[in-house]
Amino acid sequence: MATNGDDTIEVVPVRHAGRWVGSAVALLFIAMLVHTLFSKVPTGQRACHVVNGIKTCHPIVAWRFGWNVVFHYFGASEILRGLVITLELTVLSMLIGIVLGIFLAIMRLSHSRLLSGAAWSYTWFFRGTPVYVQLLFWGYFAILYPVLTIGLPFLHVTFLHLDANSVFSPFRAAMVALGLNEAAYMSEIARSGLISVDEGQIEAATSLGMTHAQTLRLVILPQAMRVIIPPTGNEVISMLKTTSLAVVVSLTELLGAAANIYGSNYQIMPLLIVASLWYLIATTILSIGQFYVERHFAKGALRTPPPTPMQRLSEDLKGIGSKFRTRRGASESGVRP
Amino acid sequence: MTTTPMVEAIGVCKSYAGVEVLKGVSLTVNRGEVTCLIGPSGSGKSTLLRCINHLEKHDAGKLLVDGNLVGYELRNGRMYERNDKQICSERSQIGMVFQRFNLFQHLTVLENVIIGQVKVKGVAADKATARARELLTRVGLEAKEKNYPSQLSGGQQQRVAIARALAMDPKLMLFDEPTSALDPELVGEVLDVMKDLAKSGMTMIVVTHEMGFAREVADTLYFLDRGVIEESGDPRSVLSAPKSERLRNFLSKVL
Repeated sequence: MATNGDDTIEVVPVRHAGRWVGSAVALLFIAMLVHTLFSKVPTGQRACHVVNGIKTCHPIVAWRFGWNVVFHYFGASEILRGLVITLELTVLSMLIGIVLGIFLAIMRLSHSRLLSGAAWSYTWFFRGTPVYVQLLFWGYFAILYPVLTIGLPFLHVTFLHLDANSVFSPFRAAMVALGLNEAAYMSEIARSGLISVDEGQIEAATSLGMTHAQTLRLVILPQAMRVIIPPTGNEVISMLKTTSLAVVVSLTELLGAAANIYGSNYQIMPLLIVASLWYLIATTILSIGQFYVERHFAKGALRTPPPTPMQRLSEDLKGIGSKFRTRRGASESGVRP
Repeated sequence: MTTTPMVEAIGVCKSYAGVEVLKGVSLTVNRGEVTCLIGPSGSGKSTLLRCINHLEKHDAGKLLVDGNLVGYELRNGRMYERNDKQICSERSQIGMVFQRFNLFQHLTVLENVIIGQVKVKGVAADKATARARELLTRVGLEAKEKNYPSQLSGGQQQRVAIARALAMDPKLMLFDEPTSALDPELVGEVLDVMKDLAKSGMTMIVVTHEMGFAREVADTLYFLDRGVIEESGDPRSVLSAPKSERLRNFLSKVL
């Protein structure tokens, strides 16, 4: 065994042939992908110009993926307006989904058979029918109930008449449809969080004299959040993309705005890329937000909370510094007998 | 000074799904006394303790704390079930310490001791904080107030749990095997806090397997087996001269 003066072992690492072959293949595919993404193709048109009475012609080439068109429409006002509607719809329907979902989860865990049965049936129905159908249902709700009345049930006492068509604007119809559908999924996520909290926590809260509501609000929910957040982050990202279905209730969100543009100029692929890029940017920002929310609710669950990316970066920088220091230190100690 | 005992149980029964856990248990705990309950697992010790602060409902018999029926009210010769608010207020006057500590994991040590005072008793935040610090000093953990429970040893967590219960100014403290989940070298620190508490005149009911503690601190010892009290009396005489075969058997296993 070869050793340095300071007893560290000098090792010849094992060569992994398979890893090298795999890497080479992957590199080849990446190169092909980049090449085709940024390739140019002839458009079939020719550009001719006359110089000194001689006419010369050459074929016109253009980006296969129309990057110039992508660039042109990336910040277009129609696209940005669509993006704002997509974001608003995502936030509002998720809010409805989360609040209603938590209520449903609490109902589901209730001792009352009727309450837990009602919550179960809700999830069964809204999870069991396509969200596309639910969007159409709320979009055409006014056919079922042209006039909405607010009053006392069964007593023919009414306070307010509303025109259903104006209440269920495309945006509100999409918001209600997506929110109610999301609640079904969120209720299961919230329920898994609630039942993950140790029974001893509930007993301790009860023995202090807390009411059911206090126990739920002060002890169970804050600890359930740790389990609820990661899948909820998933749901938010999923919702962001599901909002594109709102096109069926004639809501011009991000994808709808892109479709409107390619409907008139036939640049389908570049505009789909524009929309996709915005979806990617939004999901990236949401993922970063999720990291910090998770960290907040992990309080007390871990002995040492995970470092933030900034902390990790500064640790890495310090690590590089200390590596240099130890290397110098090692060589010094190596001199010692 | 009233002479009603702090806790009086008369023929208390309790079954779970047809299995009788308590078969008519009677005991009396006087004010300022320490009572120890010993017995094999499944004998009903913990169930009796949990009935006293109504974490469990007893099925038959009479259970009185401070002269009042637990969970019920007697009016015109009929028993009325108390509503949640009354039961919560009863419970807030009885401190309970659990085998597995059950500290609130998402709150710091200090917040654990404050939350009951503020949310249940309605004490102002600054007063509650001062009281919490005083109690943490009493259990020797004033330096740990900013830590989360997961960062403490079992013994430290149990001392915080005692402080959390004391913060409610209880008239009665219930301990459900408070040292059974601890490493042997940590048992002493928790027992010391409990001895201190006993000296200060707190009425305590302790379910325990620590015979040394029972012998030294308890005023009365009850031996439960299969849902009935087999033997009771002064701990020194009961432990040194057990009359029943069952207690002799039990003691030969634990001592």
